[in-house]
Amino acid sequence: MSEVMYLYAVADSDLVDADVTDMRAVDGAPVRIIAEAPIAAVVSAVDAERFSAPALRRQLEDLQWLEDIARAHNAVVSQLAQGRPIAPVRLATVFASVENVRALLRTRVEDFVAALGRVRGCCEWAVKGFVVGAEPLPATAVSSEALSPGRSYLERRRAQRDSRDLQSQKASAEAEAVHQRLVSLTLASRRYPPQDRRLSGQRDEMVLNAAYLLPEGVETELRRVVDEYHRGHLRLELSGPWAPYSFATLESDQ
Amino acid sequence: MTIAGPRDELALVDLLDRLLAGGVVLTGDVTISLAGVDLVHVSLRALISSVSTLVEP
Repeated sequence: MSEVMYLYAVADSDLVDADVTDMRAVDGAPVRIIAEAPIAAVVSAVDAERFSAPALRRQLEDLQWLEDIARAHNAVVSQLAQGRPIAPVRLATVFASVENVRALLRTRVEDFVAALGRVRGCCEWAVKGFVVGAEPLPATAVSSEALSPGRSYLERRRAQRDSRDLQSQKASAEAEAVHQRLVSLTLASRRYPPQDRRLSGQRDEMVLNAAYLLPEGVETELRRVVDEYHRGHLRLELSGPWAPYSFATLESDQ
Repeated sequence: MTIAGPRDELALVDLLDRLLAGGVVLTGDVTISLAGVDLVHVSLRALISSVSTLVEP
C-alpha cells in the first residue's frame, strides 16, 4: 500500500518534545512530527488511493466518512493545542511525501511564524445565537367575531407571521449588540454564515455564528457578557476553548 | 446560556464550520479544489438523504 502524508497542523519546532505515542490520527494511524526549525508539522500516513483527489471528492458525499475524518483531525489538533500555539490546517490537505512537507515548512516559514505569533497564549471561543421559538398568538390580536371564518383564519396566520418576524428582528438586533460587546472584549473575531437547520438539527433560526480570540484564562468576562444577553428572544450558546481554527490563518488566506 | 466544555461531544456542524471554512489553506499535493462552502453543501446533501432514509421506513 503506498502512503501519503495527511497534514493536521503546524506549530513551533519544540513540538518534537510532545508525547504523541498514544495519539491516534485519521484511520487509527500514529501521529508523526516533522520538524524544520523553527516550526514543525503534525502529520500521519494515509492510504494514497483513498486520499487521492477523485477519491476524496467522492467520499465527501459520505457524511459518516466526513465525520470520522473531521473528528480524528480535531482530536489530533485539540490535544496538541493544549498549552502551545498551533496553526490548524484545513481538512483533507495531503502531501505526497515527508520531503514535500519539509519543503512546505521551509518555503512558508515566515507566514507560519507570523500566524503562530497571532495566537500565542490565546484560544478560540464560539458563540451561537438563536431566536427563541415563536410565542403563541396573543388572544387579543384579532377580533375574529367580526370576520368570516376564512378571513379570520388568514388574519390569524398573518398575525402569527408578523409576531415571528418581530421576534426574529428583536433577536437579530440583540445578537448584533452582543457581538459588538464581544468584539470590544476580544483580540479578534470572525463570523460564519448561519448554520443550516437541517445540518445543525436546531429548530430555532440562527442569528449569530461567531468565533472570538482571547487570551487563555480570561474567559470570565466573555461568559458574563454572553450570560447577560441570553434573555428575551435570544438564546446564546457558548463553546470552547477551541484550537484557534478561525484565527491562525496565513496572511495570504485573508 | 448553554456552555459546551472541551470534554463534551462537539457538534459535527460546528467542527465543519472550522475545518472547512477555517484553518490554514495550503496547496497540498492533494487539495480538494472545491471552496469550503461547496463542501458544506456536499455534506448537507448527504445528510438530508440520510435523514430522509431514517424518517421514511
